[in-house]
Amino acid sequence: MSTTKKFTYINRKAPYGSVYALESLEVVLIGAAFEQEVQLVFVDDGVYQLTKGQETDGIGMKNFSKTYAALGDYDVNQIYVCEQSLADRGLTLDDLQALTYEDEDDDWAEKSSMNLVNREQLSDLISDADVLLNF
Amino acid sequence: MKFAIQINEGPFTHQAADTAYQFTKAAIENGHDIFRVFFYHDGVNNGTMYGVPPVDDRNVQALWSDLAEKHDLDLVVCVAAAQRRGIMDEDEAKRHGKGAANIAPKFRISGLGQLIEAGIQADRLMVFGD
Repeated sequence: MSTTKKFTYINRKAPYGSVYALESLEVVLIGAAFEQEVQLVFVDDGVYQLTKGQETDGIGMKNFSKTYAALGDYDVNQIYVCEQSLADRGLTLDDLQALTYEDEDDDWAEKSSMNLVNREQLSDLISDADVLLNF
Repeated sequence: MKFAIQINEGPFTHQAADTAYQFTKAAIENGHDIFRVFFYHDGVNNGTMYGVPPVDDRNVQALWSDLAEKHDLDLVVCVAAAQRRGIMDEDEAKRHGKGAANIAPKFRISGLGQLIEAGIQADRLMVFGD
């Protein structure tokens, strides 16, 4: 399969309370095997998916937040976080996991995957997507 | 145009599966191709043959099975979502020690890779349901 498309995943919901965040991550990880260009966007309550120090024992749910740190190893390194959504919730980038990847074109230097975007950049990301998956 | 369809809601509670069906049918009638219909999340519940709605109501599953029969559609149910919700074919039912299969005619069970492939191969991926 030689076609390469830009797959953009929009994550809008909190990590627990519904199945969408977990399912989105499942699709991203399986999709990685297809060697497509992948962008992850976190907006609205979706920004909570990346927060540090998640603790789920009390709600009986699987804590899958550590999986995000592995995304870099799957060549998923374009992570876009809506700065307005963070600000609305009293969060900053420091409250989120600092996701990184190793750049094979730069002697495997460790680089940040995290990008803060405003509403305008967000709409550009959506316009540029070939396949848009909303969760 | 070549469409792929993703359905995230089950039958009856929300209209998403009905709308997806109407869209798919209209697309075919207007000469478009349907690469695949992928059932995900609660959408896998569209694939049980054990639904018996009142006779004056539409039977969403039967509509899909008929449409697939007529136009040779590829109806794929996500395996992980299906296992969680008890949608099984013969193999799955046997493997998990369940009494009987319940997957409806023309539906098949497969993995999420089928969704990604549909996104790659189709000109447009249409998503129905939240």
